[in-house]
Amino acid sequence: MAAPGGPRRRTVLAAAAAVPAAALLPGCSGGGGSRGGDRGVLRFQSLAWQKESVDANKQLVAEWNRRHPDIPVQYVQGAWPTVHDQLLTSFEGGEAPDIIHDAADDLADFAYGGHLADLTGLLPRRLRDDIPRRTWESGTFGGRVYGIPFLQEPRVLIADRVRLRRSGVRVPTVREPWTWEEFGEVAKELTGGGGYGVAWPLKEPVSVTLNLALSTGGRIFRRRPDGKAEVRFDAADQVVPRAIHDQVDVDRSAARTTLGMGGADTLPGFFAGRYAILPLGFSYRQQIVQQAPKEFEWTVLPAPGGTGGGDQGVSPQTLSIAADCPRKEEAMAFVDFLLRPPNMVRLALGDWMLPTGREALKAPELHTDRYGWATGTALAGTLRAAPAQSVRGYPEWKDKIATPAFQEYYSGAVGLDALRERLVHDGNLVLARYQR
Amino acid sequence: MTRKSPAALRDPATRRSLGRAGQYLALLCYLAFLAFPFLWLVSTAFKPPRELGSIHPTWIPRAPTLDNFRTAFDEQPLLQAAGNSLLAAAVSALVAIVLATPMAYVLARRRTRFARAATGWVVVSQAFPLVLVIIPLFLVLKALHLVDARTGLVLVYVVWSLPFALWMLTGYVRAVPPELEEAAAVDGAGRLRILVSVTGPLLMPGIVATGLFAFITAWNEFFFALVLLKSPEKQTMPVVLTHFLGAEGVADLGPLAAAALLATLPGLVLFAVIQRRITGGMLAGAVKH
Repeated sequence: MAAPGGPRRRTVLAAAAAVPAAALLPGCSGGGGSRGGDRGVLRFQSLAWQKESVDANKQLVAEWNRRHPDIPVQYVQGAWPTVHDQLLTSFEGGEAPDIIHDAADDLADFAYGGHLADLTGLLPRRLRDDIPRRTWESGTFGGRVYGIPFLQEPRVLIADRVRLRRSGVRVPTVREPWTWEEFGEVAKELTGGGGYGVAWPLKEPVSVTLNLALSTGGRIFRRRPDGKAEVRFDAADQVVPRAIHDQVDVDRSAARTTLGMGGADTLPGFFAGRYAILPLGFSYRQQIVQQAPKEFEWTVLPAPGGTGGGDQGVSPQTLSIAADCPRKEEAMAFVDFLLRPPNMVRLALGDWMLPTGREALKAPELHTDRYGWATGTALAGTLRAAPAQSVRGYPEWKDKIATPAFQEYYSGAVGLDALRERLVHDGNLVLARYQR
Repeated sequence: MTRKSPAALRDPATRRSLGRAGQYLALLCYLAFLAFPFLWLVSTAFKPPRELGSIHPTWIPRAPTLDNFRTAFDEQPLLQAAGNSLLAAAVSALVAIVLATPMAYVLARRRTRFARAATGWVVVSQAFPLVLVIIPLFLVLKALHLVDARTGLVLVYVVWSLPFALWMLTGYVRAVPPELEEAAAVDGAGRLRILVSVTGPLLMPGIVATGLFAFITAWNEFFFALVLLKSPEKQTMPVVLTHFLGAEGVADLGPLAAAALLATLPGLVLFAVIQRRITGGMLAGAVKH
């Protein structure tokens, strides 16, 4: 792709500017991107970051390259905090990786922007049938598949087993989770002696609230008959925010100081007995295993349920293929290889998450009680695509409207009416700009 | 401890000593403030995971370990990344100095309307946010086949650091009295001889300080390196450091601290080696005529 607007003149000027530096750089190699230099290599950008996960990805790439020397794949390391900006510039510049690892809630704008390939016709039947229909929704935009969901994690309650035992409260199971009311009572029961019943790390309050709201039938984003999305904040949507708000501001059974923290920041207080229960993503278990004192006993419990049957919204990790990729069938063949059940299990274990595939979920390693694997795996059937992620304008609604509104509500600065006014009135103004 | 009487406090010598003590105390507080993040980084780099999860962290690790360094080197190509950063930073600093020095001389000595406008533009250009320029820059570099090339990155670093380098050096040139150059001219020295033998040596501290600024800017730069370099073997240190971070702000804290500590070392070493010249350069730049 040439630079727009007078490409020849601009190229000449830029080349002239480049000459002095280039002359001083005999050791610096040039060369363009993958499509300019080595046409045959498919670049796979992975966001794996934990050692076991990186190792699993690299091993699978090496295995693929051994078996398919005619379709070589290069492993490229990406990073979660920067992936959106990095992909955005890569797409705009026509230099995106061929196979892209990302999260489903990051895909909407790339998909609608035409940067990702429509995978609907490329998907092998085995893969299509292996992943449940409800999970496919997280990578489907406008009726087309742009991302293959392959890893996901429920939000669970990580609890101090000793404090739980001493309190004598009922220990919830996947079949019989606590209701939100019961959870509130338990949190009060566990509060005292300088410790809190629960600590909500709500640095990202929107995704936590929206995903847990599904458990009470709350969706917040709904589709009108004309297909346009709108924000509502009805009684079912309010159950979870009110429960959290009441724990922090009314009962004082939740620590106020953790509202601005990330999940990892709350772990030292948890190990020190300051909080009895932490609602965290399933993968945080890895940090707990690494950092918890040896004598510390902990357990994994299902998140509270409600009239929504305990469903949870999730934003799975996905694999996509760039629209510019010249060898889409080969790229899909690699993805299919990467997501075969045994390989999906390796990736899941490396990331301490759950695979999306039905076959992979049967693996015995995922059904052991050790580190709460069995509890998490049993929750897989309750996971649904987060209702907001396919809505255009959701990122702006989240950043500009919902995040500050929820932060103020949870800290007690504003009430429920003010929260609803901002989420619905201000929020729908934002969405309207994207849906004209 | 004896208390000073009000009369003693009125004594100028006593007041001077108290003032100096206050200055030292303020300086000590400031140094502690500056050093805190670095010392915390050092402490974290040597702590085992279980100490990182303690609610009562200690400055001195109870069971110091080198495991974080081993893990960091095992997991990421830190040496290769450091080499890439070093190359990009050193070459871009050198090129920036070579280009900025004569330009700064002209801007400082020829006080025309154009020179004033150019200086103003240099200051304004510092306010441009990176995101504003990154897409057009990406397209220009792509047209030149300089995306995913170290040459392209160095070119960007030179362009990015040049305005500030120019601005700094202009101040240093102005601090060199023109009378010295005029005296040399009266003694029969030509323009080139004056520049090389008279102005050059006086400017050297400023050049070193400016070069160090350009080096550190490029060494720490993250966004351009992230966007422009695709191949894993070309990635620079700040980009590789992000590989220790997961989603939702989770971090592999020990290895991250170990790698970050290694990333700060070249800058510290460089400062330690040439700090006298920098001090001299800063003082020279501070004098106005």
